[in-house]
Amino acid sequence: MAGMPLLSLVTFLPLVGVLVIFFISDETELGLRNIRMVALLTTVFTFLVSLLIWAGFDTSNPGFQFVEEAAWLGGGLTYRMGVDGISMLFVILTTFLMPICILASWDAIKDRVKAYMLAFLILETLMIGVFCALDIVLFYVFFEGGLIPMFIIIGVWGGKRRVYASFKFFLYTLLGSVLMLLAIMAMYWEAGTTSIPELLAHDFPPQMQFWLWLAFFASFAVKMPMWPVHTWLPDAHVEAPTAGSVILAGVLLKLGGYGFIRFSLAMFPLASADLAWLVFALSVIAIIYTSLVAMMQQDMKKLIAYSSVAHMGFVTMGIFAANVQGVEGAIFQMLSHGLVSGALFLCVGIVYDRLHTREIAAYGGLVHNMPAYAVTFMVFTMANVGLPGTSGFVGEFLTLMGLFRVNTWFAVFAATGVILSAGYALWLYRRVIFGALEKETLKSLLDLTTREKVLLYPLVVLTIFFGVYPAPVLDVIGPSVEALLVDYNAALQAAAAAGDVAAQMN
Amino acid sequence: MYHAIVFLPLLGALIAGFGGRALGAKACEYITSGFLVIAAILSWIALITVGFSEAEPRTVQVMRFIGSGNLDVNWAFRIDTLTVVMLVVVNTVSSLVHIYSIGYMHDDPHRPRFFAYLSLFTFAMLMLVTADNLVQMFFGWEGVGLASYLLIGFWYKKASANNAAMKAFIVNRVGDFGFILGIFGVFVLFGSVNLDTIFANAAAFASVDGEASEAAREVLFRFLWMDLTAGEALTVVCLLLFLGAMGKSAQFMLHTWLPDAMEGPTPVSALIHAATMVTAGVFMVARLSPIFEFSPDALTVVTIVGAITAFFAATVGLVQNDIKRVIAYSTCSQLGYMFVALGVGAYGAAMFHLFTHAFFKALLFLGAGSVIHAVSDEQDMRKMGGLRKHIPMTYWMMIIGTIALTGVGIPGTYIGTAGFFSKDAIIESAFVGHNAAAGFAFGMLLIAAVMTSFYSWRLIFMTFHGKPRATADVMHHVHESPPVMLVPLYILAVGALLSGFFFYSAFVGHGHHEGWYNDFFRTALFAGPDNHILEEFHEVAFWVKASPAVAMLIGLVTAWYMYIRSPETPAALARQHRGLYQFLLNKWYFDELYDFLFVNPAKRLGTFLWKRGDGWLIDGFGPNGVAKRVTDVTGRVVRLQSGYLYHYAFAMMIGLAALITWMMLGGAL
Repeated sequence: MAGMPLLSLVTFLPLVGVLVIFFISDETELGLRNIRMVALLTTVFTFLVSLLIWAGFDTSNPGFQFVEEAAWLGGGLTYRMGVDGISMLFVILTTFLMPICILASWDAIKDRVKAYMLAFLILETLMIGVFCALDIVLFYVFFEGGLIPMFIIIGVWGGKRRVYASFKFFLYTLLGSVLMLLAIMAMYWEAGTTSIPELLAHDFPPQMQFWLWLAFFASFAVKMPMWPVHTWLPDAHVEAPTAGSVILAGVLLKLGGYGFIRFSLAMFPLASADLAWLVFALSVIAIIYTSLVAMMQQDMKKLIAYSSVAHMGFVTMGIFAANVQGVEGAIFQMLSHGLVSGALFLCVGIVYDRLHTREIAAYGGLVHNMPAYAVTFMVFTMANVGLPGTSGFVGEFLTLMGLFRVNTWFAVFAATGVILSAGYALWLYRRVIFGALEKETLKSLLDLTTREKVLLYPLVVLTIFFGVYPAPVLDVIGPSVEALLVDYNAALQAAAAAGDVAAQMN
Repeated sequence: MYHAIVFLPLLGALIAGFGGRALGAKACEYITSGFLVIAAILSWIALITVGFSEAEPRTVQVMRFIGSGNLDVNWAFRIDTLTVVMLVVVNTVSSLVHIYSIGYMHDDPHRPRFFAYLSLFTFAMLMLVTADNLVQMFFGWEGVGLASYLLIGFWYKKASANNAAMKAFIVNRVGDFGFILGIFGVFVLFGSVNLDTIFANAAAFASVDGEASEAAREVLFRFLWMDLTAGEALTVVCLLLFLGAMGKSAQFMLHTWLPDAMEGPTPVSALIHAATMVTAGVFMVARLSPIFEFSPDALTVVTIVGAITAFFAATVGLVQNDIKRVIAYSTCSQLGYMFVALGVGAYGAAMFHLFTHAFFKALLFLGAGSVIHAVSDEQDMRKMGGLRKHIPMTYWMMIIGTIALTGVGIPGTYIGTAGFFSKDAIIESAFVGHNAAAGFAFGMLLIAAVMTSFYSWRLIFMTFHGKPRATADVMHHVHESPPVMLVPLYILAVGALLSGFFFYSAFVGHGHHEGWYNDFFRTALFAGPDNHILEEFHEVAFWVKASPAVAMLIGLVTAWYMYIRSPETPAALARQHRGLYQFLLNKWYFDELYDFLFVNPAKRLGTFLWKRGDGWLIDGFGPNGVAKRVTDVTGRVVRLQSGYLYHYAFAMMIGLAALITWMMLGGAL
C-alpha cells in the first residue's frame, strides 16, 4: 500500500463515477436506476477506500501524512496533497455523508437525475480536495470550486424561492473569496511559495498578518457562517433539496472552520491573538441571537439552520481560544455537527417527502404512527441540545472550557446557549412529535422505510458512540493540535520578546 | 460487582426499549424488575462491605472518556461509603417502584417503553452517584434530566404533560448552566476535574482570616468583573456548582418545574421526584464537601437557600388540593431541610435525611398512587374523603408515611420514626450551627415543621376521613390495590419506621478524628478542623430537642381541628384572607413572574431579531440591497436554468480555468 497515492485516489474516485454516469442514458427507467446505482456504488466505494487513510494514519505523528507532490500545469504550480490530524477526519466525514446523500435523494429527486448525481459527485471531489490540498492555490481552487455545484444544486433542484436563495448564497461567498484571493497572492509575494507546510513555517510581519487575517476572515466567516453574515444560510437550507442541506450543513460549513484553524490561527498567530476578542464577540452574539431566532421559527428547516449558526458559534470561539481544549473541541464540534445536523435535515426531509410541507404547525403527534422516527429524532434532538452521552456534548463542553480559560465573560454568555438550545430544540420536538394525532393529513403517514432506516441508524450509532467514547477522534486530532499550539505560542512569545527588545532600545 | 450494579439497569433498559415489541410487555416488566432487584441486593451487600468496615475508598476504572490536553477524564466508579449509601437508596427504591409499576401501569399500552425509561433513569442516576469526576457526574446529571423529561411526558397525548416535561428540562438546564461553569472553574483552579485531585488540593484554597499570607491575597483567577483570591475563587466555584444543585433539587427560584412534574405517572413521581433524582443536588454538595467546607460563604448561601425553600414550599403545600402536588411541595420543603444541614456542615445529617426521606416519601407517593388508582385516576382531594374503610391497607401505609415524615417520636429517647431521627438531627444541627444564617434557618425549619405536620395530616383527613365526596359511581368502584402494589408499600413502610433507628449512629454518630468524618463515612465526607457539629448537636438543650415534636403536635391538632372537628373553618379562613390564600394557592405567582420576566421577552426578542435584525437590517442593507441591482441578472439566470448540464459544466470549467490562469499569471509576476 505504501507509495499508493491514497489521497488522490480518494479525491478523484468520484470522478470515475462521473465518467461512467456521463455515458448512461437517462431516457429510460432502467437508465435512471443505473445512474443512481453507479452514484451510490461510487460513493460507498470511495468511503471504504477513505477508511484506509484512517487505518494507515499514524496518530503519533503530528505532521502531514500521505504526502504527494507533483509538478502541475507545466511546473508553474505544484500539486501537493497530505493530511494531518486536523484535516483527516473531515475527509472521512465527507466520504461518509456522501452515500447517505445519494440514498436520501433516491426517490425525492425525479427531474434531471443524471445532472443531479453528476453535481454531487463533482462536489465530493472538490470537498475532499479542500481538506487534502497542501498547496494554497490548489486549496483555493477546490474551495471556490465547491461553490459552483452547490449553487447549482440549490438553484435547480431547490424549492420555490431557489433563485433568490442561490444568489444570496453566491453573493455572500463571492465577496469573501475575492478578498481571500488577494490575500493568497500577497502571501505568495511575501513568502515566495504556495506550499502550505512552508507557509506554516513562515513568519509573516505583524502588520501584514493583520490584513491577511482580515481577508481570510471575510471568506471563512461567510462560510461558517458567523453573525452577521449568516442570513444566506437559512434561505439556502430552506430551498435546498434534503441532500443538499445535509451536505451544506455537514461539510460545507466546516470549510470555514477548517480554514480558520489551518490558515488564520496557524499562519497569522499574532493577528489571531489580537483579534480574538472580535471573534468571541461575534460568536457569542451568534449563539444567543440565533438561538432566540431559532426558537420563533415556523419552518423546521429554518429552525435547524439557525441552530447550526449557533453551533458554529461554539466552533469559532473554541478555535480562537487557542488552547488545546478550545481547538480540539472546535474540531470535534464540527465533526459532530456534521453528523447531527445532517441527520436532523434528513429527519425533516423524511416528513417533507410524505407531506410536502415544512411548516411546524402542520405536524403534531407523529409519535403515534411513526414511533421509530420519533426515537431517532429524539436522539438527534438531544445531540443538538448537547446532552452528555451524545457527540454534541463533547465539542460544546471542550470549546466552552477552552473559552472559559481565556475569558470568563464570553464563556458565561456563551454558556447560556446551553439553556436556549434546550428551549428551541425541545419546543420543536414537542410541536412535531408529541401531542395528540389530530390532523387528518397526518393519520396515514407511515413509519420509516427500510431505506430511511439505513440512512439514519448508522448516524444514531455514531452519535452515541462518539458521545460515550470520543477517544478515537480525540486521539487523531490531539497531536496535530498540540503541535499547532506550540508553534502558535512560540510565535506570540517571540513577538513579545521582540517587543521588549524594541521597547528597551527606545 | 459494581459493574453489575450500574450496568444491569442499562441492559434492562435496552432490552425493554428495543425488544419490547418482540418480547411482550410481561417479559419486559419481569426482566427490568428482576435486574433491579439483583442490583438492589448487590447494593446492600456493598453497603455492608464498604460502609461497615474499614475498607479504603477505591476507584473502579471502566473506560476512557475525554482526553484533551491536560484534561483527562475517564469513566470510573468511585467506591466509598457515600457512593454505596446512594446505591442502596437508588436501587432499593427503584426496584420497588419497578415492581409496583407492574400493577399500577397494568392497563397502559406502552408498558415496555415505561419500564425502559425507568431503568434508563436508574442507570443515569447510578452513573451520577458513582462518578469519580465531575464530567461523569454531569453525564449522570443530564441523563437523569433526560429520563425525567421522558417520563414526565410519558403520556404524550396530554398537552399539560408535554409542557411540564419541557419545563422540567429547561429549568434544570438553568441549573446545569451553573454546574458546567463550575466544572470549568474547578478545572482552572485545580487543573483537573477528578475528585481525587480536587480533594487533595482543596485545603490550599482555604480562606485565611486576619493576617492573610501573601499567597492568599494574590489574585488567582479573574471571573467576570471580579479579581479573586484563592478563597474567593473557591467560593465562586462552589456557588456555581450549587446553582446546579438548586436546579436539580428544585430549590427556591428554580423549583417551579417540580410541582408540574407531577403530570408524570405516579411511580415516576415516587422514584424520580421524591426519592432519588431531586436529591442529586444534596448528594453533589455532600460529595464535594471537601471543597465546600473551605468556603464558609458558600455554605452560608446554601443554608439560606435551604431554609427559604423549606419554608416557602411548606406554605404552598398548605393550600394545594391535588394530592400529588401536596407531596411534591413537601418534597421540595424537605430538600430544603437537607440543604440547611449541608450548609451548617452537618453533611452526615443531610445524607441521613436523604436516606430516610427516600423511604417515607416514596411510600407516600406510592400510597397516593394507590389512592388515585382506587378512585378512578382522580387526584383532587376535594373529590375524595371517607376512603379509610374502603382501602384500609393503603390508609395504614399512608399513616406510616405521615408519621415518618412529620417525625413522630419521644424526644430524648430512641423511640421514633425515621423522620424523628433525621429531621430532628437537622433542626438541632441548625441550632448549633456556626454560620451567619444558622439561627435564621433554625427558625424557618421549626415553622416549616409545623406546616409539614399540618399539610400532611390535612392530606390524610381530606382523603381518608369524613364523608365521601366522590360520585357514587366512583365510590362504587373503589378497590384495594393488588399485592404487587401493596408489597412494595410494606417494604418501604418498614424502612420508614425503622431506618432512622438503625442508621442513626452510623450517619450522625461520633467518631470524628483527623481526616475522618465519622466511623461510617470516614473519608467519604469531609469536615474541617473547626467543624464539630456532629458532637455538638447531641448536646443541645432539651427544649431544642423537644421543639420539633411540639411543632409536629401543633400542626396535627390544627389539621384535626380544621378538617375533622370544624370542616367549615378552612373555607372561612380562605374567604377572610383572600389575598394570602390566592397568593399561596398560586404558588407565590412564580410561574406568572417567570413568564413575564423570561419566557415572553425571549419570544418577543426572538421574533424581533428575526424580523427586524435578520430581515430588515442585515438582509435589507446587505444582500437584498445588492440583489435589487441584480434582479435583471437573476432574470438571465432563470433562462440559464432551462439549459442542460453541459452549460453548467462548461461554466464551471471556464470559471476554474479563469481562476487558474489568473493565479499562474499572479505567480509569474
